[in-house]
Amino acid sequence: MKRTSPVIKNLTRKSGRTTALVLLTALLALAVFGGSIVILSLRGGLNSLENRLGADVIVVPSTARSKTNLEQILLQGTTGYFYMDREKLDKIIATDGVESASAQLFLASLRASCCSVPVQVIGFDQATDFTVRPWITESYSRTLNEKEVAVGCRVSAGIGESIRIYGVNCPVVARLAETGTGLDTAVYCSQETLQLLLDAARDLGHDLKISGSSENVISAVYIKVRDDYDAQKVADDINIHIRKVEAVSTKSMLTGVSDSLKAVSGTITWLIIALWILALVILFIVFAMMVNERRRELAVYRLLGMSRKMLSSMILKEALLCSLAGALCGVALGSALVFPFTTLIEQSLKLPYLTPAAGTIVLCAALALAVTVISGSAASLRTARKLSRVDPGTTLREGA
Amino acid sequence: MELRAENVCMRFFRKRGEANFFEAVCPVSLTLKSGELTVLKGKSGSGKTTLTHILAGLLRPTEGNVFLDQTNLYALSDETLSELRNKKIGLVPQGRSAVDTLTVYENILLPGLLYSKADNSPEAEKWMEILGIVDLRDAMPAELSGGELRRLAIARVLTNGPQVILADEPTGDLDDENTRKVLSAFHACAHEENKAVFIVTHENDALEYADRVLTMDNGRITFPLFVD
Repeated sequence: MKRTSPVIKNLTRKSGRTTALVLLTALLALAVFGGSIVILSLRGGLNSLENRLGADVIVVPSTARSKTNLEQILLQGTTGYFYMDREKLDKIIATDGVESASAQLFLASLRASCCSVPVQVIGFDQATDFTVRPWITESYSRTLNEKEVAVGCRVSAGIGESIRIYGVNCPVVARLAETGTGLDTAVYCSQETLQLLLDAARDLGHDLKISGSSENVISAVYIKVRDDYDAQKVADDINIHIRKVEAVSTKSMLTGVSDSLKAVSGTITWLIIALWILALVILFIVFAMMVNERRRELAVYRLLGMSRKMLSSMILKEALLCSLAGALCGVALGSALVFPFTTLIEQSLKLPYLTPAAGTIVLCAALALAVTVISGSAASLRTARKLSRVDPGTTLREGA
Repeated sequence: MELRAENVCMRFFRKRGEANFFEAVCPVSLTLKSGELTVLKGKSGSGKTTLTHILAGLLRPTEGNVFLDQTNLYALSDETLSELRNKKIGLVPQGRSAVDTLTVYENILLPGLLYSKADNSPEAEKWMEILGIVDLRDAMPAELSGGELRRLAIARVLTNGPQVILADEPTGDLDDENTRKVLSAFHACAHEENKAVFIVTHENDALEYADRVLTMDNGRITFPLFVD
């Protein structure tokens, strides 16, 4: 029997008491770890969305609740399309404060015989684009040729494979890094390719509500505003001076997302705090109950020669081991609950959701472990102090 | 080696009653010497157990001192006194004193492992054999009878080999045969291993093994009786 073994034996041979302590601390770790990961993923999603939008103002047609449609496309990956005349682009470029502008063209493929997958197809102008290109460059440095597409990370098609959109086979040349937004479910191509796909869709009888040539329509214009101009003012100017369009400052769009995120993060933070307090109170009660249960046992340790310090250390070690085991279980359970269900969480919260990098996850796990172990040990401190001060003479006199 | 109590008194304070305290021990002077088996007899409530705990360094007296040779036990820090108790004073308390989460064998070896890594296995085997609990080595305390628990507590003290052995009603739960085994073991410790042995009892079985018999009544030692 090793010197430290009474601690292990106290834990393993009082399995009911140990299990209760491990479960409580696991709950604490689960709340801290799972909650932190969800909050960080939501923040990551928002940051990613900010980076990916890359524009100060986005202009879309004012018809068909297009702003809402754009948000749904960007945040939730809902497919959709809307069009306006290309001449609007020239008017937008001529607006005061516009540093650069680039048009995009949208098309929604169908879950039908014409197409492999229902996805949002986004055609961007490779010459003027400043939003999609930097993202694609992270994984593909060449320009996209005719019919070539780059796919978001959640589109089920690998590099070298082809996806069929309205009967046109499009080879996949790049898979893009995850953004945690609706952009992950989209397919990206040059504007020329998208015009070709629009024509193909029309040839197949799909009414895209485009009058005239597909070369004359665009879906959205992404604007970079000059440093000395206010984006909201530029958006207001466009709304006043250009008919049938709606200019949206991305900041105002992101504010809505950010407000929702704050509300969800706030709720999760309060839940973590409530669970933490609850678990801590229960831990205090459990440890307090142990004072009476273990009074005689610890008096025996004292009569055998254990000092108060050794006794406190033994109780603390027990609490530390229980807390550590509970923390590890909680983090493992949190991982099992949070990571496999990211899509489900994203869909139910309707917010961009990007799982943090491995380093951050490890840091969160370490934080959850530390918080749990410290809380568990702190809860046992009072008990350790009280039990170590048990008067062995009086306790033993009180009978068996 | 000798354990010496000098004018020790122990008063317990009451919350209610006519007097606000009662004297469990007052005043007692007593010396336990190596190679001597001392028996303290007395009725229940006469202060025997309180005196034993005071002698063991477990209960600080309200007055007086206890010396182990020249060392005043109650002038020591808790750490030093605890270590000294572990190494030099062995107490067999009344009632259950086993650690419930350890087996019989682990309980017996426990005191020897608190401050050193000494291998006391041969001693443990010897005393378990002598006291008839060798077959119970892997049993848990909850599975033992009162008599078996008592022999476990005795084996634990004897295995650790302290210079002073204090035993409070060590034969209370034992049959005649085991009583004889235990008392013979204590007698051998005093006379063959030169230890100071102090047995507290209200029965007469121990008297024939004693070198000295003391009687306690109302917290006082009434008269010493030497036995040839």
